[in-house]
Amino acid sequence: MLAVAPWIIDGAPYESTMGLVQKIFYFHMPSAWLFLIAALVAGVASARFLFGRAPSADHWAVAAAEMAVVFGVITLVTGPLWARKSWGIWWVWDARLTSSLILWLIFVAYLILRRYGGPGSDKLGAGMALFGLANVPFIFVSVNVWRTLHPQTSVVPTLPVEMGAPLWFCLTAFLLLFLALMSMRAGLARQRARIEALYLSEDEA
Amino acid sequence: MTRHALTLMLLGLLALAPRVAAAQPQPSADEFVPVAEAPPGEQIPAINLVGAAYGFVWVVLVGYVWTLGRRMTQAERDLAELEQRRS
Repeated sequence: MLAVAPWIIDGAPYESTMGLVQKIFYFHMPSAWLFLIAALVAGVASARFLFGRAPSADHWAVAAAEMAVVFGVITLVTGPLWARKSWGIWWVWDARLTSSLILWLIFVAYLILRRYGGPGSDKLGAGMALFGLANVPFIFVSVNVWRTLHPQTSVVPTLPVEMGAPLWFCLTAFLLLFLALMSMRAGLARQRARIEALYLSEDEA
Repeated sequence: MTRHALTLMLLGLLALAPRVAAAQPQPSADEFVPVAEAPPGEQIPAINLVGAAYGFVWVVLVGYVWTLGRRMTQAERDLAELEQRRS
């Protein structure tokens, strides 16, 4: 689906004021949505890990946090490339862009903490992911509440079919990739936990 | 290595800060209107930006799949080695 996407996007009509550069939207918006979904999954899984003590929830939280960083960097780089042409500048410190950058930095910090934090970093990281989760609804509504150059959330439901179809196609392709990568990453976290347990039992013996 | 990369990233962000801080928001678009052809007289070549955006998406996704594959292979190797040692 991802291989076919460029041809489908090429066939989509140009936007009247932004022209060709608006076609970045077909990759930017799906990655932005998945960035928020990943943060949501990481936050919910972290809450389950903190309050329910379920180790599998921690594996999903790590996987989702990594997805948030991957799809977040795509969002934060493709957005300014679009903005340079349509706004005339790379970046504005408005509510949407700033809070998205903060969310991305929260999950970068989460991964650094999990990698180098040592014992107890799983619980501390879960707390950080909850802060990320709290940021998600704020990011979503920010374009409708505060003054910004960023298009509002009303853009997607009002898209004409010839623009909507390529968007939903790209979103489906990105969602399937996201689910595949996240389940593979959660599997890796499970495997690493098993390796750690085997090392511990070897040390005790 | 990681520490140097993080320091460089932080310095890069700090160097960009004054330029991006000068930008101020204006009213936003609330809907997209389709047209058959691209508007004439574009001063910034959009094709470069679109190409860079799509290229970046592919580089990130392929790079991530590659690192994930490498980490999974390493974990499988470690697990097999440990289980062999125990049996």
